[in-house]
Amino acid sequence: MFRNNYDNDATTFSPTGRIFQIEYAVEAIKQGSAAVGLVSKNHVVLAALKRNAEELGSYQKKIIRVDNHMGVALAGLAPDARILSNYLRQQAMSSQMVFNRPLNIQKAVNSIADKAQTNTQSAGGRPYGVGLLIAGFDESGPHLFEFLPSGSALEYVATAIGARSQAAKTFFERKFEEFPDASKEQLIEYALTALRDTLAQDKELTSANTTVAVVGKDDAFTVYDDEEVEQWLSLLDTLSNNRSTGADNDDEDDDEDDEQNDQPTEASESTSAAMEVDA
Amino acid sequence: MNHDPFHWGRPSTKTYGEYNYLISNASNVDRSVKSNSEFPKMHTQQPMITGTSVIAIKYKDGIIMAADHMGSYGSLMKLEDLKRIIQVGDDAVVGISGDISDFQYLERLLDDLQIEDAYDMDQEHLKANHLSEYLTRVMYNRRTKMNPLWNAIIVAGFDDKDEPYLKHIDLLGVSYTSPTLATGFGNHLAIPLLRKKVETEDDVKKLSKEDAIQTIKDCMKVLFYRDARSWNKYSLCVIEKSTKSISLEHEVQVENMKWDFAQHITGYGVPQL
Repeated sequence: MFRNNYDNDATTFSPTGRIFQIEYAVEAIKQGSAAVGLVSKNHVVLAALKRNAEELGSYQKKIIRVDNHMGVALAGLAPDARILSNYLRQQAMSSQMVFNRPLNIQKAVNSIADKAQTNTQSAGGRPYGVGLLIAGFDESGPHLFEFLPSGSALEYVATAIGARSQAAKTFFERKFEEFPDASKEQLIEYALTALRDTLAQDKELTSANTTVAVVGKDDAFTVYDDEEVEQWLSLLDTLSNNRSTGADNDDEDDDEDDEQNDQPTEASESTSAAMEVDA
Repeated sequence: MNHDPFHWGRPSTKTYGEYNYLISNASNVDRSVKSNSEFPKMHTQQPMITGTSVIAIKYKDGIIMAADHMGSYGSLMKLEDLKRIIQVGDDAVVGISGDISDFQYLERLLDDLQIEDAYDMDQEHLKANHLSEYLTRVMYNRRTKMNPLWNAIIVAGFDDKDEPYLKHIDLLGVSYTSPTLATGFGNHLAIPLLRKKVETEDDVKKLSKEDAIQTIKDCMKVLFYRDARSWNKYSLCVIEKSTKSISLEHEVQVENMKWDFAQHITGYGVPQL
């Protein structure tokens, strides 16, 4: 079997200038179910697909409130996300306590990006195995950031992470010009449409597996789950993925991607594809 | 009357017997301790070099604040060029009275805070209300350690809604606001004069900038007349909402003083005529 000599720790470069442990960590995000986010002039919306391990089990929480003005959606290792969101909560509380002001979103994102970067420069540890979409509203307006285990933290008008998230990104790239002037309701509809595009065959959005969060100028960060999310699901004409019935099933990213695929070359292709989107 | 201050306040020997000087010479330091390592940790018991009053008044378009340039070591004029109003960021000034070494510590703290706040940020966003909250936390934290920073602070500037903002913070970490504020002796000598101009927030709207500056100048004069730890050079800060500006002028002189009454004063150390 192919054996990689340069992926034993996060501190060793390969001769081609790559750090495989970081790339594997980014791969871990794709194992998680999708989360999408998008921004208008006044609001940020997050939406995510929850998974349950067993039919009778509870669903994994996908959106975590940090403060009144910000929250995160996660894809990947949920325990790592708990560590990061708890850290953000501490930062947010400390900002309220010491300065009586809400934590600046850019500052918050930088603070966890710095933590993630530290992990990429020490042996004996591992990078975080989770990607986050950070949504918040501060004195400079609404913001959506994507956080990756590599320590990169970039701002987006709309993006998605997790399994089959490329489908959601494709949708966003087609519609993004309409986002700035969209109302809160329209924005949620766009988010759910994008999320629907990430569904596997014969799956559909239900009030049990869909979670939505909104934050905006006059709206504190609110998470909608279960019966509360029904009002938003009703905005959609259909809750199942169009592709599951129809033609364009040849989408590369669709084939239950990356599950066993830890071949470095493949991995880097999909990450660089994701990178291009934000350029 | 005996004009020798050394005898002031002592119980009369006739009535109470000879004064026991062990009382005034008593120390809270354990003299039996010989080496430094055995010496118990001691916190500030009293301020050493001190700055006197800071005064401030709100007017219809902002705030005027002033504090003189003197640092006193007891009754000695140790420093005469001490600038006790400092600008912090674009939106706030801080006037500090009390212990000067603690003032310098706070100055460094605020410098570090500005660097920390501007770190990897596009724009500065440390407003006067954020600053006063921070200083209140610092002061309360130190008093809780039974080691207070021996200062009284007035923060003035613009808050996060760009409105004029004024706050007083003391060494216990207590903060309050009012259209007129003063620290130290200013509380006794300047506040009554300031309140003649501005009693409530409604009066603020009636006070013009020129009037407010003149009121503060008059107060600095009265303080120089009557506060024996004050000086006739001071910093004057004008905060103006309409131009969103903060101007800080140093070395302002107390003007139009009248000292001709002084020659008629007798007593208080002057030989009786």
